[in-house]
Amino acid sequence: MTTVPALAQATHEIAHAPAWALLILGLPILGVLQSMVCALLGVKSKAPAFLTVGCLAGAFVTTAALYSWFDPANGPAVVTAWEWFAIGDFTATFGLYIDTLTIFWMLFVTGLATLIALYASEYMSHDVGPGYCRFFFAFNLFVFSMACLVMGANLAMLYLGWEGVGLCSYLLIGYFYKKDSAVQAAKKAFIVNRIGDLGLALGLYLTFVHFGTIEYAELFGSAQLEGYIDLAMAGNYAAIPAQAQWIPILLMIGAFGKSAQFPLYVWLPDAMEGPTPVSALIHAATMVTAGVYLVARFYPVFLASEYALPIVAWTGTVTALLAATIGMAQFDIKRIMAYSTVSQLGYMFAGLGVLTPTGAGYHVLTHAFFKALLFLACGAVMHGFAGQLDLRKLSGLRRVKGWGIVTLGMFVGCINLAGIPFTAGYFSKDTILAEAFVTPGTAAIGWILLFTAGLTAYYTFRVFFRVFMGPVHYEPGDDLHDHADDHAHGEEHNHDAGEHGDEHDHGFHPHAPGWAINTVLATLAVCSLLASGLYIVGGKTLDLHGHDYKAKHYASTMIQQSTASFVTPYDHHGFEAAGIHHDDTATAETAADDHAEDTAHAAVVHGPYGDLAHPNTVLGMDPHKGMYYISAAFGLVGIVLAWWFHLAGRTTAAQCRMDAVARNFGPIPRWAEHKWYVDELYEKLFRGPLHLISNHVFRPFDKYIVDGLVNAIGWLPRIGASIIRPSQSGELQGYAAGMIVGLTILLFLILTVVISIGGGA
Amino acid sequence: MINDALSSLTLAQTGFPDSVAGVTLAHYLSVSAAMFTLGVIGFITRRNLIVMFLCTELMFQAAGIALIAFGRYHLNFDGQTFVIFVLCIAAAEAAMGLALIVLLFRKAESLSAGEWKELQG
Repeated sequence: MTTVPALAQATHEIAHAPAWALLILGLPILGVLQSMVCALLGVKSKAPAFLTVGCLAGAFVTTAALYSWFDPANGPAVVTAWEWFAIGDFTATFGLYIDTLTIFWMLFVTGLATLIALYASEYMSHDVGPGYCRFFFAFNLFVFSMACLVMGANLAMLYLGWEGVGLCSYLLIGYFYKKDSAVQAAKKAFIVNRIGDLGLALGLYLTFVHFGTIEYAELFGSAQLEGYIDLAMAGNYAAIPAQAQWIPILLMIGAFGKSAQFPLYVWLPDAMEGPTPVSALIHAATMVTAGVYLVARFYPVFLASEYALPIVAWTGTVTALLAATIGMAQFDIKRIMAYSTVSQLGYMFAGLGVLTPTGAGYHVLTHAFFKALLFLACGAVMHGFAGQLDLRKLSGLRRVKGWGIVTLGMFVGCINLAGIPFTAGYFSKDTILAEAFVTPGTAAIGWILLFTAGLTAYYTFRVFFRVFMGPVHYEPGDDLHDHADDHAHGEEHNHDAGEHGDEHDHGFHPHAPGWAINTVLATLAVCSLLASGLYIVGGKTLDLHGHDYKAKHYASTMIQQSTASFVTPYDHHGFEAAGIHHDDTATAETAADDHAEDTAHAAVVHGPYGDLAHPNTVLGMDPHKGMYYISAAFGLVGIVLAWWFHLAGRTTAAQCRMDAVARNFGPIPRWAEHKWYVDELYEKLFRGPLHLISNHVFRPFDKYIVDGLVNAIGWLPRIGASIIRPSQSGELQGYAAGMIVGLTILLFLILTVVISIGGGA
Repeated sequence: MINDALSSLTLAQTGFPDSVAGVTLAHYLSVSAAMFTLGVIGFITRRNLIVMFLCTELMFQAAGIALIAFGRYHLNFDGQTFVIFVLCIAAAEAAMGLALIVLLFRKAESLSAGEWKELQG
């Protein structure tokens, strides 16, 4: 009787996956090697890009093959390449842990990496040569690290990948290393991530200390952990050791750092200094979801903690709202997308927190596609307009010749992000929102996220209406480089030039995207649209701990068969068996003993959020059904506001109706534009004091104590030598006398010893 | 103890004249020690390179006498064999040493060891 099944595969034997699964790690390494060889040979062509695309496509095909090989019914599978290291009881293997979560993640990581490498082949073309090789070196290394992170068989491999992606992120943000802002941003990203990484490292140690292993196969199959979850589901958190409850708190610090959650989100917007393909792949689609992956992978451990999931939920919610408000007031379209990414990551964490890993996982997938698409479209604009990203200086690109596919891609990305009905973003966001209302005590989160959804729609379409709609007008950015191939842009330009004579740069011709960028944008647009199909197809009846569970759709099928599996007792749609089970138990127990009935009752409805006897509703409707209308309404209101303020009646790129409205809000829009001065606050609170301490404590310590010690060691032989040096007089007789005296003393000593021994005998 | 052993023994063989028969190991070692000391004193006190070189030869020969005396005393030929080697080496060394002295003289126009003080290192 008793509990809700939380772990899908805990009772299964561990199967062995084929060794060719290691190719998913090996092929990106091959990519790393080829870019190194290209750099050594001084290749001045696009060869490293196309070899990279080949390697990554190979990794994608291998992942797909693994997907078709893998049968979730047999539980997770492992591949052990070798024993990585062993220190005392602490052992870590270099191997893969494969379950549906791994495959789910790796499919979009390798798929997107392939597409974005193809995009980058064109985007980075002005850097062909050593820089190009350097870019693809870090790119491949990133995919390898990400594969380690997602596929690793234990926390040590996850940590390896975690640091690896951090390093690659650093290298790629600082790709334009001659630009000071890029170097600063790279350092900021690295240092902020270190703070989170400390939490992850401590979580790793504590996991080992408490469970005695860091191997997933042993950890998630352990009776100890299962016991904790049973206790947690019974609401008996006091019986779970505090040590175990601290593990998720530490791990989530790591997750918040990597996934840019409050208060560690500040690095991500600055990370936009990197080349746009990097922003799309690392800082939107894959690396920043590593934190979500970590929480999903350790979901059982999070469930066993009383406070972990509520903290995750509220952090995500606060981040989502905060980033959305900042995003509304930015003018740099890439920054808007960056804040949007922070905000959407907040949704994913909120989803994990309100007990819907399915919704979070599905949102990761849909977001990966549409946000990569949005970034790549922004990147195409940036590439074509000499680095111009200010939405006040770009307008009406829809009607510029050669920009059709970019406009279309941007539009598909925007409707997904804004949550227009029947798009993938709509379904995935709704799953999280609905679940926030289903889970007791989190309705506030639901309302905040709904409001944020409205803001999201507003700022998304603000970009679209400003940049792609309205009168044709554009100014180039600062990176004017040689556009030998003149891309004519039709009548509109001449007409427009006549209209805005003085403002317009007559000599500038935008550089329409070529085949690689267009192909990738079109592919991603199609993928983003098709991703909504995953909400409809792929449902399956699963066997979870002997209960039949109807997974409604593909993402649910994938997530529920992994360690992230959690079937909420409140979910009366998905898990009908739980409801029935609950009633049966309650009836049976009532007959026996009233007290026992309470216990059994609590067993079913307790979670990290206390108990609830009946499912919640939102505005009197069933959350899952009602959310379709409510979130659509919020989204549409946002879009209409964006249309009214940023498109309707706008005749220039720079001015719109919003300008007048914003003035009525006093200083608030300016505060939002300055990111609520969070960076300044951190400067005052942390950087300033650290600088002071460094300058006045660490620097003197370094200079006088550390350097002093080293110098003292250097001085010792000198002082010793100055004492002995006079003996080297150069007088031959002096040396001879010394020798004789020495020999005499030696002889005397030897004779004394010989005689004393002889005498003794 | 050693002194007793030395003084009670004679190195003379049968048929030696009486005046020689009384010569003991101690006598030979005394001569050797005297020669060696003279060599050392000469080496330290004199500055002339050739004289100093002769003093080293003197020390060589002193060691040789001691070796032969001990060889005879123990009735084996090791001491004498060894002295043959020492003489050979001394001859080679004399050839080289004198050549060096000639060169040094050409450089410094003097035979004084003090001329080469700057080689102190």
